[in-house]
Amino acid sequence: MAQITLDNIAHSFNPYPGSNADYALKNIDYQWDDGGAYALLGPSGCGKTTLLNIISGLLTPSNGRVLYDSNDMTLLTPELRNIAQVFQFPVIYDTMTVAENLAFPLVNRGVDRSEINKRVDDMLQTLELSDKANRRAQGLTADEKQKISLGRGLVRYDVSAILFDEPLTVIDPHMKWQLRTKLKSLHEQFGHTMIYVTHDQTEALTFADKVVVMYEGNVLQVGTPEELFDQPEHTFVGYFIGSPGMNIFPASINGQTLTLGSNNVKLSKGYSNLNGKTEVGIRPEFISLASKEKAGTRGMKFKLDTVEDVGRLKIVRGKIEDVTVNVIVDEDDSIPTEPYAVFDPERICVYQDSFLIRGDA
Amino acid sequence: MNKPFNNKAWFFVLPVFVLVAISAIIPLMTVVNYSVQDTFGNNVFYWAGTEWFKEVLHSSRFHDALGRNLLFSAIILAIEIPLGICIALTLPKKGFWVPVCLILMALPLLIPWNVVGTIWQVFGRADIGLLGNTLMRLGMDYNYATNVFDAWATIVVMDVWHWTSLVVLLCYAGLVSIPEAYYQAARIDGASKWKVFKYIQLPKIKRVLLIAVLLRFMDSFMIYTEPFVLTGGGPGNSTTFLSIDLVKTAIGQFDLGPAAAMSLIYFLIVLLLSWVFYTVMENYGAEKQDPRVEQD
Amino acid sequence: MLELSGINKQVGADLHINNVSLSMERGSLNILLGPTLSGKTSLMRILAGLDRPTSGDMKLDGKSVVGVPVRRRNVAMVYQQFINYPGLTVYENIASPLRLAGMDKQAIDKKVREAADLLKLTNYLERTPLNLSGGQQQRTAIARALVKDAELVLLDEPLANLDYKLREELRVELPRIFSQSGAILVYATTEPYEALMLGGQTATLCEGRVTQFGATIDVYKQPNDITTAQIFSDPPLNTATVTKTDAILMYGDYQLGSVSRDLPNDTYTVAVRPHHVSLSPSERYSVKLNAVVSTSEISGSETFIHVTTEQNRWVLLTHGVNRVNTGDTIDLYLDPSRFYLFNSAGALVRSPAINSEAA
Repeated sequence: MAQITLDNIAHSFNPYPGSNADYALKNIDYQWDDGGAYALLGPSGCGKTTLLNIISGLLTPSNGRVLYDSNDMTLLTPELRNIAQVFQFPVIYDTMTVAENLAFPLVNRGVDRSEINKRVDDMLQTLELSDKANRRAQGLTADEKQKISLGRGLVRYDVSAILFDEPLTVIDPHMKWQLRTKLKSLHEQFGHTMIYVTHDQTEALTFADKVVVMYEGNVLQVGTPEELFDQPEHTFVGYFIGSPGMNIFPASINGQTLTLGSNNVKLSKGYSNLNGKTEVGIRPEFISLASKEKAGTRGMKFKLDTVEDVGRLKIVRGKIEDVTVNVIVDEDDSIPTEPYAVFDPERICVYQDSFLIRGDA
Repeated sequence: MNKPFNNKAWFFVLPVFVLVAISAIIPLMTVVNYSVQDTFGNNVFYWAGTEWFKEVLHSSRFHDALGRNLLFSAIILAIEIPLGICIALTLPKKGFWVPVCLILMALPLLIPWNVVGTIWQVFGRADIGLLGNTLMRLGMDYNYATNVFDAWATIVVMDVWHWTSLVVLLCYAGLVSIPEAYYQAARIDGASKWKVFKYIQLPKIKRVLLIAVLLRFMDSFMIYTEPFVLTGGGPGNSTTFLSIDLVKTAIGQFDLGPAAAMSLIYFLIVLLLSWVFYTVMENYGAEKQDPRVEQD
Repeated sequence: MLELSGINKQVGADLHINNVSLSMERGSLNILLGPTLSGKTSLMRILAGLDRPTSGDMKLDGKSVVGVPVRRRNVAMVYQQFINYPGLTVYENIASPLRLAGMDKQAIDKKVREAADLLKLTNYLERTPLNLSGGQQQRTAIARALVKDAELVLLDEPLANLDYKLREELRVELPRIFSQSGAILVYATTEPYEALMLGGQTATLCEGRVTQFGATIDVYKQPNDITTAQIFSDPPLNTATVTKTDAILMYGDYQLGSVSRDLPNDTYTVAVRPHHVSLSPSERYSVKLNAVVSTSEISGSETFIHVTTEQNRWVLLTHGVNRVNTGDTIDLYLDPSRFYLFNSAGALVRSPAINSEAA
């Protein structure tokens, strides 16, 4: 187990990178604490897998250093870094049994036979695979195979970190829940540093203590799931996290007053000295729809487009003035015939040139 | 599983049926016809029953030739399969050299059998051949026309030179289709190169390897042109393989009955051995897959 | 209208499709929802005409199409993998089915540009598919299916290989894009949430059988049986085996509320959706249960709490951030009016809506 430090990491797949655009990763500086559960979240092509491969040693970065505790690992191969990795598609050794698969990394490292048997038995129990120990790994289901891939890392008690590259992609929704909670409890039980790469916000947010949101080779925000939800540092984070994402629209702000067309909303904080492109963000969860009387002066006329009943909630799409706005309504709440939208002033975020501005107290 | 149900399809495959009938079924029936009859010329035939089959099966000449064939195929498989795998493993997986290597590998395959025989015949001659002359200068008494070992060695080397590429190309195709994640996982698990080969590469190329073994077996078991061109079956009868013997019997001695019986037995042996190879390799590590899984 | 009646598909000893009867209107969106191997792809192949059913009939506008080869049917298909002609530009890819149909140049150009506009591909028409992102590649495949003006459009998990956010966008766009085409749309997915987002009608599949077919939200809210309810629940459905004596439902030592005496005394299964479990009591959430926390997951706006109650694994979806520790014993509160009650054969005997009407 180790603390992992990324010291000014940049990477280009072009051996002679010219401009900034040639870099798949642009200057990443971050420290992963020992025993933490992290997620790297971003759309495809954002550089998250590249970063993971640099941490594991499958890739050597063009610039910068990778440190495990205080040891420089930048040039070391994966086997020398003592890490485990679970890939998108389950990797198992077809010709071996489940137990032999789990024993493989230990056999390769010359661990004692009796010790191997003990650890493999423990791991079979932990993964709830004991009854399949002597079956060929080949005939198992995708989630069982993925458990074996994970188990091959966990049997090596001393791994510095366990890395996951979109491990639930090929798993059915119901099994996703089981595997995810298994992962979570294994993290609590073993305390390994875990880094989890995904494009799926639900997986990232539920798994990680800290989520690193990446976009086009940059880290946009590192934060707890709550921080990412409540205070997205960048409009992209606001859009990317949440389903549907944050409503973000241009607006003018004067002191403590937000003006949206003919509507004025009083903000909980004042914003002075705003310049550049000003945008406002509010999550669909924090807009309510009420009748004109109930909404009062805070209400803004909402032109309803569609209502999607998705069971436990309804997604209401519509417009305020000319701005498209999504609203989430609870399953038990009804939508008034002439709805007025009310923003929760505490939950309004203000962005200048796409970055969050914290208002004056 | 997905049988097309278009009746027009039968119409389109009809020409193939006709061709196969003319090129394979009719000659085969003629052979069967010959094999159960005797003739003294003038197109007069007498019923011979299983006479020729008994004669062939009991002839030591047939046994010797069959023994040579089996030995030859065993040597060929023992050399070409491991060598082919080794070469395939060392070929680059990507980059500029891939097409260059593949074309170099494919070159021997493009040369006709009799040309290969002729090339080596000249190449191995002690007076004008580069190989024969060099060996002679090195003090080795090399002569494929008089020495049994030299004759065999030359034919084996010739076949290895000609056909190992086929094994290489098939294995290479199997190897490049293994996802990169397998190699990465194995590195992380600390597997040695040998273990990567044993547990990842070999299981994954099993199917193409099976095809390579079958093709090489069938082909080497039917060897004819090369020894015919190089040694004509000599020295003595030392390189008289079944096919050469067959031609000698049929065309040389004009014993059509025994030749026909022999060719049928020959055909059945090839069929039987191929089936044995196929079942053995197929059952080794048989994978029982749900047919629905790979459908989409 | 496309009508399937008693379709079976047997492969070896396995029945891949088991007595499926469905009817789909023109212009409708029909979702096939079920886990891997439930028969979605097998059914799609039969619909497309790639496979012939072992028995049963399939009628399009009253005429049987069993045995009609794919080539003769007017079918378009989009797969999970992005399938385009790699050597052709996006424009040519979209135009390809029209060129095959022998349409004249101007008409092709008009249709291609319309489709490209609808799928936001106008700026990429001159590129080849391999120079596009996954989302754009799939949009190209969808555009090709769209211009074909097929009577039947089959989409087999078309969004499965796309990023979460791209899926969200396309889910909203897809029904709108195809709604004007008048085609019968069939969409296979493993994800309940995706089905709900798309709307339309849903057929839930389990082991080759259609367990229920109806308007998506109705199937979700009024499942006929427990299998359908389980297929159509994400997070998984919470279930409890209860015994009914007189009007009382007993779950271990807990009394889970009361039902009509008309039901026979027997064991039943109570099912509760994860978001219908509360951590605090209220007028509605009045039934109390103890549970031991196994893990919790905080998504920023919600908390998933995984618990064990009477040996059953349950999951709770709660609003806001609720911190609980593994091993803690917590109190859960249930709303009896939200219960689904299934009999021992798995059939629904009481659903929430019926309960509330009675109340």
